[in-house]
Amino acid sequence: MAATAAVRLHRRTLGIRRAFGPIADARGMARGMLWTGAGITLVFVLLAIFAPLLSPYSFDQYEVGHHRFAQLGHPGHGHILGTTVQSTDVLSRIVWGAQTELEVVALALAFGLVVGVPLGLIAGYFGGPLDRGAVLFMDAMFAFPPLLLAIVIAFLLGSSVSSGVLVAAVAITITYVPQYFRVVRNHVISVREEPYVEAARALGAKPFTILRRYVFFNVVQNVPVIATLNAADAVLTLTALGFLGYGVQPTQGAEWGYDVSRAVSDAASGIWWTGLFPGLAIVLLVTGLTLLGEGLNETINPVLRRRSIRKVDFAAPSLEPASEILEP
Amino acid sequence: MNQTGPSLKRYAITRIALVVPMVFILLTLVFLLMRVAPGNPVSAALGGHAPPAVIKAISHQLGYDKPVYVQYGHYLGQIIRGNFGTTISDRRSVGSIILVNGAATLELTFFAMLVALVVGTLVGLVSGRFRDSPLDTGGRLFGIVVYATPVFFLGLLAQLVFGVWLNWLPTSDQASPITQALMQTHTNIYVLDAIIDGNWSALKDIVEHLILPATTLGIVYGGVFIRLIRVNVIRTLKEDYIEAARARGINERSVVYRHAFRNALVPVITVIGLQLALLLGGAILTETTFNWPGIGHELYVYLQNRDYAAVQGIVVVFALVVVAASIVIDFANAFIDPRVRY
Amino acid sequence: MTSVLDVRNLRLWYGTARGPVRAVDDVSLTIEAGATLGLVGESGCGKTTLGRGILGLLPEGARADGEVLYKGRNLVTMSPRELRRLRGPELGLIFQEPMTRLNPLLRIEDHFRETLEQHEPKMTSDAIRRRSLDTLGRMGIPPTRFRQYPHEFSGGMRQRIMIALALVLRPSLLVADEPTTSLDVIVEAQILRILADLKENFDTALLLITHNLGIVAEACDRVAVMYAGKIVEEGPARDVFAEPMHPYTRELLRSTISLDTRELHSIPGAPPNLISPPSGCRFHPRCPDVMRVCPVRDPIETRPEADRRVLCWLHGPEEQIPADGTVPLEREEIAVAEEA
Repeated sequence: MAATAAVRLHRRTLGIRRAFGPIADARGMARGMLWTGAGITLVFVLLAIFAPLLSPYSFDQYEVGHHRFAQLGHPGHGHILGTTVQSTDVLSRIVWGAQTELEVVALALAFGLVVGVPLGLIAGYFGGPLDRGAVLFMDAMFAFPPLLLAIVIAFLLGSSVSSGVLVAAVAITITYVPQYFRVVRNHVISVREEPYVEAARALGAKPFTILRRYVFFNVVQNVPVIATLNAADAVLTLTALGFLGYGVQPTQGAEWGYDVSRAVSDAASGIWWTGLFPGLAIVLLVTGLTLLGEGLNETINPVLRRRSIRKVDFAAPSLEPASEILEP
Repeated sequence: MNQTGPSLKRYAITRIALVVPMVFILLTLVFLLMRVAPGNPVSAALGGHAPPAVIKAISHQLGYDKPVYVQYGHYLGQIIRGNFGTTISDRRSVGSIILVNGAATLELTFFAMLVALVVGTLVGLVSGRFRDSPLDTGGRLFGIVVYATPVFFLGLLAQLVFGVWLNWLPTSDQASPITQALMQTHTNIYVLDAIIDGNWSALKDIVEHLILPATTLGIVYGGVFIRLIRVNVIRTLKEDYIEAARARGINERSVVYRHAFRNALVPVITVIGLQLALLLGGAILTETTFNWPGIGHELYVYLQNRDYAAVQGIVVVFALVVVAASIVIDFANAFIDPRVRY
Repeated sequence: MTSVLDVRNLRLWYGTARGPVRAVDDVSLTIEAGATLGLVGESGCGKTTLGRGILGLLPEGARADGEVLYKGRNLVTMSPRELRRLRGPELGLIFQEPMTRLNPLLRIEDHFRETLEQHEPKMTSDAIRRRSLDTLGRMGIPPTRFRQYPHEFSGGMRQRIMIALALVLRPSLLVADEPTTSLDVIVEAQILRILADLKENFDTALLLITHNLGIVAEACDRVAVMYAGKIVEEGPARDVFAEPMHPYTRELLRSTISLDTRELHSIPGAPPNLISPPSGCRFHPRCPDVMRVCPVRDPIETRPEADRRVLCWLHGPEEQIPADGTVPLEREEIAVAEEA
C-alpha cells in the first residue's frame, strides 16, 4: 500500500521536476534575464513584507514628535530622498508603496487565476454553446481598452467598496480574466485533441479525471509565464489608476502612481525628487517582473529555447568534451 | 487573372457581419455597468446639492424614471441613429465632444502610433536580425525598460527636462492661446487645419506642442512592437523558404530584407489593431499629464464630476472605435497576405 | 575527364552538448557529368547531411573536414561568398518538402526574377521572363500560372516549381534530397521522368538521396549505401541490387516490400548513436554475418570488382584480419543499439 502511494507521489513530482528542469539548463540571456528579474522582484517583495522594519517613517507621517518635517525638502540628511509637499518622507512612501503594489497585484492575480483558469478549462474542454458564448463575451471584453475598463470599474466600485486595495484588485482582475481565459482555453483545445487524451476518453475516463490528470498539468506550465507578465501589467494599471485618483486612496496607503500625480505640479517649480523616485520604483519593479516573465518564457518555451553548442574538434580521439565555446 | 477583387469584398462583408454580435454585447455591457452604479446619476452629476424637485424633473426629462428595458431600448435606438447621448453636467452632446476633442485625441494617437511603429520596427528588426549579439540584448532591454515606464512618468520627466530645465518645448495644451485664437477650424485636427490654411507659423507652434506628448506615448508603446517584431524576425529566419532561398545563392542581405523582414512584418498589422486599444488607454494618461484637450481628458473630468451619461457615451464611442479599427486592420491584413481571404 | 563532383574523406560533424555527432564520417564518392548516383540508407544515417554538406549548407555548430572537389575546386575551403556565387548557376538543391519552400507572400514570377537577377544581373526583364517560362514549361507548368501565389498550387506542382527554380540557371551538379518522399506515386513518376530528362538533355550530374530502393533501381546509374555516417557499399545500381556484397545492403533489399513479399522482414535493432557509434564496424551489432574481428577493428575499404567498393571484413583484406578473426561471433542476444 505504502509502496504504491510512494510510486504515485514520485510520478507526480516527476511531472513538476520535468517542468522545472529547463530552468536549470537555462543558458545565456534567458538565464541572465531570469535571475536578474527574480533578484529585483525579490528585493521588492522583501521591501513589501518588511516595510514596517525597513522604512524610516510611516507612509503618511509628516512629523516626529512635534517636529514637523520640511515641506518639499531637498534630498539630504534625515530624508535621503527628500520630502513631499505634504512633508511626508519620499523614501518611506517608496517602501510602503511596495507593500501596496504587491498586495494589490497578488490579490488581482489570485482572483484572475481562480476565475479565468477554470473558465478556460471548462469552456475549452467541453466546447459547444457554452464555449462559444464565453468566447464571444471575452472577445467583447478584449475590445475595451484595458485601462479604460479598469478606470470605469474602479470608478463604479469606489463609491460602494471602502477598501481601495480591493477595488483596484477587482478592477485589474476583470481586465485580465479574458487573457487567462483565452490562453488556458486555447491550450486546452490543443491538448484535448492529443492522442493520449483521446485514448483516455476511449477507456472511459470521466471528463473531470481527464481534466485533472492530463490537461491541468500540461496547461499549468504556461501559467507562471502569463502570471508574471500579467503582474507586470497589473502594476502599471494600478499605478495608472493611482495617478488618476482611483483605487487605493491616499489615506489607505502609499501608492507610487498617486505620488507621481502629486509631483506633476512640483515639476513646474523644478522640484524633481518627488516624482523621480516613485517613478523609478515603478520602472524597476515592472522591469524586474518582466525580465522574470521573459526569462521563464525563454526557458520553458521550446520554440525559443537554444541549446548550447560545443565546438567540434576533429582531432580529439576520445569523447572527452572539447571546451564549451559557443553559447546561445 | 485578378484575384483581389471579389474575394476581398466577400471577406469584408463576412468580417463585418461577424462583428455585429460583439458590438451588441459591448453596448449591453456598458449599459449595465452604468446602471450598476449606486446613487442617482442625476444628483451625482449635479454635484449632490440640487434640490429634490429639480432632480426629479431632470430625471423625468432624461427618461431615468422609466423601466430599465425601456431605457435599454431607447439607448440602443439612439446609438443606431448615431446619437450617443448628452452630458448631464454641462448639456453637451457626446457627439460634439467626439468631434472636437476626438480630433485632438486622433491627432495625438496618430502621431504616437507613428513614433511607436518607427521606433519599434527599427529596434525590433535589428534585434531579431542580430540575435543574441550585444545589439540584440540592448534592443530587448530597451524595449522592456521603456514599456515598464509609465507613460505619465515619462511625460513628467519630459516636462522636467525639455520644458523646465532646457526650456525647449511647451509642456501642455495643443497649441498656444494666440495660435488657437487666430486659427480657422475645419477638421479640428490642428495639424491638418494649419496645413489647409497654409499657416506655417501656427503649424510650427502646433508641432512644438505635439512633440512631447506624441513622443512620450509613442516610445512607451513602441516597446511592445520591439518584442513582437523581434520574435517574428527570428521565427521567419527559421522558415524553410529562407533556407531554400539561400540554397539558390541569394545573398544574405536580400534574404533578410526581401524575405525575412517583409514576412515578419505581416503580423504587425494585426498588432497595430490590438495596440490601438492600449494606445487609447495610454492616451487618457498622456492627455491628463500634458493637459491635452482630448477625449481622455474629457472623460477624466466627467468622471470627476460623476456624470454617468457622459461617461457612458464616451465609453461606448471608445469601444466602437476599437472594434471598427480592428475590422480595418483585418482588412489590411487580408490585402497583404493572400492566404487570409475567405 | 575530371568528374563533376569528387568527394574525398569528407567528415561532417555537428557540435552538441554531449559531444560531436559524427553524421558523415570519412566519406568518399565521385559523380561524372550526366551520371546519377543514388544515396540510400535508413533515417539518421547521415545522407541528408552529406547532401547539404556538399553544397556547404549546414547549420551552425557543424564543421567540415576533407575535400569536396567540384570541377576541381575545393568547396570546403572556399570562402562563403564564392560558394554562394556557385549556388544556382553551378550547384542546385531540391528539398524534400515542397509545401514550405516557397515564400507565401511572393508570386512564382518574383521567385524566378530574384534568382535570375541575383546571378545574371545583366539579363533583361524580358529575357528573365522568357527563360523562366521556358524552364517552367518543361516542368509542365503553364505560363498562365506564372503570376500566381504558392498556395494556389498542389504539392506535386510546387515540387516541379522548385525543380524549375533549381534548374533555371542550368547547374552542373544537382542534389535532390528525398524529392518525392512527400508526394504520391503518380507525381513521383513524373518527377523521376523530369530528372531522367536532365541527364539526357543537360548532362547534369545528379545526387539522388532517398530511402526508397525502388526509385534508385529505376533512376540511378550507380548507388551508394550509407550506414551510420559511412558508405558501406558502392557500385553500378544493377550489380549492387543483383548481387549485394555488404550484409546491410542485402538486408535492406530483403526488407523491401514488393509484390512477391510473403512475410515482413526487418533488420533487428535500431540505427546507432552517432555520438558514440559502435566500435569497429558500425553495423556489427545488427549484422547476421558478424565475425570475431568485426567489433574489434574498423573495416578497410576494398574493391572486389573494378567499379565496386565495399567496407566489410567479409571481403577482406585477408592480411589485415588477425587469427581467428573470421570465426563467426556468437551472441546470446541481439545487442540493442541505442537510439540514434
